[in-house]
Amino acid sequence: MIADNPWLDALIRLLAAVALMTFSSLTLIYLERKFIGRIQMRLGPMRVGPYGTLQSIADAIKLVSKEDLRPHTADRWVFELAPYVVFIPSFLTFVSLPFTADWFVRNFELGLFYILAVSGVSVVGVVMAGWGSDNRYALLGGVRAAAQLISYEVPLILAMLGAVMIAESMDLIDIVNGQGRVPYIVWQPLGFLIFFIAALAELYRNPFDIPVAETEVVGGPFIEYSGIRWGMFFLAEYTTLLILSVLASLVFLGGWNWPLGNEAGIGLQLVWIVLKTSFMIMLFFWARATFPRLRIDQLMSFSWQVLLPLSFLQIVINGLVKVYNWPDIVLLLSSGGATALALYFIYASVQRMQEPYPQRFTTVMTRKEPVG
Amino acid sequence: MQELLNNYVAVLVGGIIAFFLVFSALIGNLILSPRQSTRPKGLAYECGMLPIGRNITQVHVRYYLFAILFLIFDVEAVFLFPWAVVFDDIGPVAFYEMMVFIVILGFGLLYAWKKGVLRWR
Repeated sequence: MIADNPWLDALIRLLAAVALMTFSSLTLIYLERKFIGRIQMRLGPMRVGPYGTLQSIADAIKLVSKEDLRPHTADRWVFELAPYVVFIPSFLTFVSLPFTADWFVRNFELGLFYILAVSGVSVVGVVMAGWGSDNRYALLGGVRAAAQLISYEVPLILAMLGAVMIAESMDLIDIVNGQGRVPYIVWQPLGFLIFFIAALAELYRNPFDIPVAETEVVGGPFIEYSGIRWGMFFLAEYTTLLILSVLASLVFLGGWNWPLGNEAGIGLQLVWIVLKTSFMIMLFFWARATFPRLRIDQLMSFSWQVLLPLSFLQIVINGLVKVYNWPDIVLLLSSGGATALALYFIYASVQRMQEPYPQRFTTVMTRKEPVG
Repeated sequence: MQELLNNYVAVLVGGIIAFFLVFSALIGNLILSPRQSTRPKGLAYECGMLPIGRNITQVHVRYYLFAILFLIFDVEAVFLFPWAVVFDDIGPVAFYEMMVFIVILGFGLLYAWKKGVLRWR
């Protein structure tokens, strides 16, 4: 407790979370542009400030001073409330997210459950944005976003459930301490893979970005939003990116505990959690820069036919090992084997997808020959 | 009890702070931004073409099927969470009971798969 009064204490801690969120979002926007620029052999932003470091501040100023437009036919209240409904849940997840053993707003006994439950509410806001805009593309993007987000939420939750089974707790500090000398990514590689893929889809980043694809639905549910109203969706997206990365580093990568243990001072704990979170964020950026977009049929069947059975497989393996007290190495071997199988399956289906050209292209090509 | 109350005080305060973050950003926008409303600005954006007819399109029914499937598996996940915390203390009986539950739902998924609900046509 910083202050005696719980209200004041919560206020002070949450204001620190606000500062963290704002700072990290601004930094992440700049870093993402630099990182993707580097992968595509460009320089990225270079003009504003040294090496373009002030770019995202300039962007924020631009967004605040832009005209706030709303289509005449839009459903006013749904349109205007959508940014609140998207942003508030993604901020509320900070309440129960521990960053080190001592640095958190509040530590709930049901912390993991709380985070998964609250972050699920954002879907409603995205659908509201799509519906309220009264625009064909927005509505299409909104329903696509709803279908995708709810489909990938199930594997995300079940992957987390595997870690909960091993830790026998939903308290995030207990989960981190339970990892001891070996992080759960070693015992649960399959769970980690499922979590990573599902988190990519939850953030609607490449290769799962059809709800907001520019070339198909011109920005999807956010098409009619301009200025800071659009910026709020953007801020919520980067907050969710940060939170999912912190969550992955806590649950699967050992958090602040591994490899130095809880006795390491607050400085070293912070260093480890920042390193692991940055690693996860870098993986998300990397996936965005390198993978092509999936079609919507591939996307939905991948979630229900591949990820969901595999996450149940992980749960059954965990249960068997726990109930019969098999050695942990069984967990590593079976889960690792299933991961290899899943990766091979993904690779094989990608190979199968390389179909020959559709008929219309070949006819156009043959027509180039002179007819006589 | 007091501890629990303190925790949810933080959730309430967090909600209020998040509300005011969005609200203050919109107020700042109101002060700083120009406002020159013309009719073309209020039209729906369709890449520069003028929209024709009503802007609401029809949505395919398969989205609802996925929503129903999601509902089933999300409720299952809610049941699984308390079980996952305590099943080791209860012993093999709890484990096999939950396996029966999962297998029944798995048959549901197989049925949907067989019926072609999971295929996007």
